[in-house]
Amino acid sequence: MSRGGNINAGVLDRITAIFVKETVQMRRDRLTFGMMFGLPIIQLILFGFAINMDPKNLPTAIHVEEQTPITRTLVQALETSGYYDIVREIDDPRETAALLASGEVTFVVIIPSGFTERLIRGDRPQLLIEADASDPAAASNAIASAEMILNRALRHDLKGPLASLAQGPGPFELVVHSRYNPERITQYNIVPGLLGVILTMTLVMITGMAMTREAERGTLENLLAMPAHPIEVMIGKIGPYVMVGAAQTAVVLLAALVIFKTPFAGALWLLILGVTIFVVANLAIGFTFSTIARSQMQAMQLTFFFFLPSLLLSGFMFPFRGMPGWAQTLGEVLPLTHFLRIVRGVMLKGAGFSDLDMEFVALFAFTAFAIVLAMARYRRTLD
Amino acid sequence: MTNHSSTGDLAIDVKGLVKRFGDKTAVDGVDIQMPEGEVWGFLGPNGSGKTTTIRLICGLLQPSEGEGRCLGYDIASEAAQIKRATGYMTQKFSFWGDLTIRENLEFVARLYRMLNQRARVDETLETLGLTKRQHQLAGALSGGWKQRLALAAVTMHQPRLLLLDEPTAGVDPQARRDFWDEIHRLTSDGMTVLVSTHYMDEAERCDRIVYLANGRVMVRGRVTDVLEESGLITFRAEGDGVRRLAGALKGKPGVEHVAYFGAALHVSGTDRVALEKSVNEASSPDVEWREARVSLEDAFIALMARAGEDARLHA
Repeated sequence: MSRGGNINAGVLDRITAIFVKETVQMRRDRLTFGMMFGLPIIQLILFGFAINMDPKNLPTAIHVEEQTPITRTLVQALETSGYYDIVREIDDPRETAALLASGEVTFVVIIPSGFTERLIRGDRPQLLIEADASDPAAASNAIASAEMILNRALRHDLKGPLASLAQGPGPFELVVHSRYNPERITQYNIVPGLLGVILTMTLVMITGMAMTREAERGTLENLLAMPAHPIEVMIGKIGPYVMVGAAQTAVVLLAALVIFKTPFAGALWLLILGVTIFVVANLAIGFTFSTIARSQMQAMQLTFFFFLPSLLLSGFMFPFRGMPGWAQTLGEVLPLTHFLRIVRGVMLKGAGFSDLDMEFVALFAFTAFAIVLAMARYRRTLD
Repeated sequence: MTNHSSTGDLAIDVKGLVKRFGDKTAVDGVDIQMPEGEVWGFLGPNGSGKTTTIRLICGLLQPSEGEGRCLGYDIASEAAQIKRATGYMTQKFSFWGDLTIRENLEFVARLYRMLNQRARVDETLETLGLTKRQHQLAGALSGGWKQRLALAAVTMHQPRLLLLDEPTAGVDPQARRDFWDEIHRLTSDGMTVLVSTHYMDEAERCDRIVYLANGRVMVRGRVTDVLEESGLITFRAEGDGVRRLAGALKGKPGVEHVAYFGAALHVSGTDRVALEKSVNEASSPDVEWREARVSLEDAFIALMARAGEDARLHA
């Protein structure tokens, strides 16, 4: 018997009943419960430690044509500033283009022969910094502080008879050559990157849910009882979404070119190759997620779990080189990281396949791994 | 087809099937030898292992122990061949509610690589009487129609063995009758059918029945055999006073089982003398008694009670 009386009585009891039921259900869905605690921790770590709006240790190649105390001072000053991490010395300045196009270095610093002599003579010789400005956020602080860093370093050397050089407009002329995006327009970097972000978000989610839906509605048992091999199911399921990915790519590219006037310096076929591998990679991840998740809700949560680090660690929102080593290592594992290098490389830098071969290899390896994982996890039986 | 020569004419030949889920044993040593061309009923309370056994037979589950063949194919290693030669209708409607009736059938026709797919789909729609509604979403069909669509879909590729898991649960009597007419039509063409059900009238339409409880086969055989094995005698009481009788008869000597059948009361037991004595003592003028044919349901309930436990507690 329920307690009778006023129909409005017992509001609290009914709220309590629903509260208790909801709490039990929430705890029972382990994945959701884990997400509620896992996501804040991941966000804290990523936002707190990995993201750096003032990127340092940017990989730099130098080409110094003479070894004098002055040039040594300048090179050392760049290194100790923390912005420039000198990873290579090149003998031929013609290597510059390839190094920047492949993204192996962000800067190439060139000090020509006769620099010291002309400096002492007061001729204000030129010191050249070739910068990869495709991502304005990554390069701008390093470029902005270069002149100050170099002048301050020289002040120690310019003593006695050379003291006069420290006065006036400076002992040398710093020439910064911003390649790929000379006006440093942020959209040029963001819009191609957005292609990767949109593909990741939608494709992983769609496939993740498409398969989970079969399990949720009970149609999976029927599908399993029919003579279809797992790889056939996977290809058949993924196929329509490859077309969705193609349509999305067309829309974003068109918008990039027409609305944002993003340059397209490279070869379209190379971009299409990259997009194709990337789309398949994302669909395979989505398929894998659908074998883990037991409901569409869980598939969506897993997508978010994958999407968040992709967004933050791939170099889309924040400069990749600005992140600490561990975050860069994590970022290297994500397909979006490699895709961004391909799409930006092709569109902004006009990079060719030889410049990006390692990115293609990484992306392909990831895709193969994701397909194998999806196949291994796909259940042929209801066990 | 010669590849089932090793099993003679058995459509299903499984021995000692065991299936465990964690520490729960759903199927516990089931043997079934079912000849081709027959209709067998699969009975038992909820949780007795009927669905699990069917899934083991058609290769949807891997047995924990035991072995067997379905249409001559090994159930553990030749699931792909079994899937091609059987039709399995799941307990819950498992076709695609967001596809139309026609699209569902077309999907099946393509997946089984049927010849003349268009014609086959048209033909199936015609037989079903759904030609006019072919462009409606399958999800919008009523329960009875959904079952008929599912049956048509799982038999379109003309399987040699049809496995039906409670196909008529929640379906109205007329639709149930239509459904069984369809099953008989299919078997007259030589199809073998294993059908699980809770309905005793359906069980009585089967050549043989297998009664499962607690994952074990408790009884098997012809309906008449099962009735005989139970050794039951049933008296049927009709009249205004039967409601009062039920309580009075329970637990009396010779009375094993008291149950209502519609407005009538069935009292069963194996000891005729004791049973008659108890009935006479409890009787009143407004009740008319006569001996009735033992129903399958009485037989099962008695057999269950004799087994000493109710399997549903373990479900």
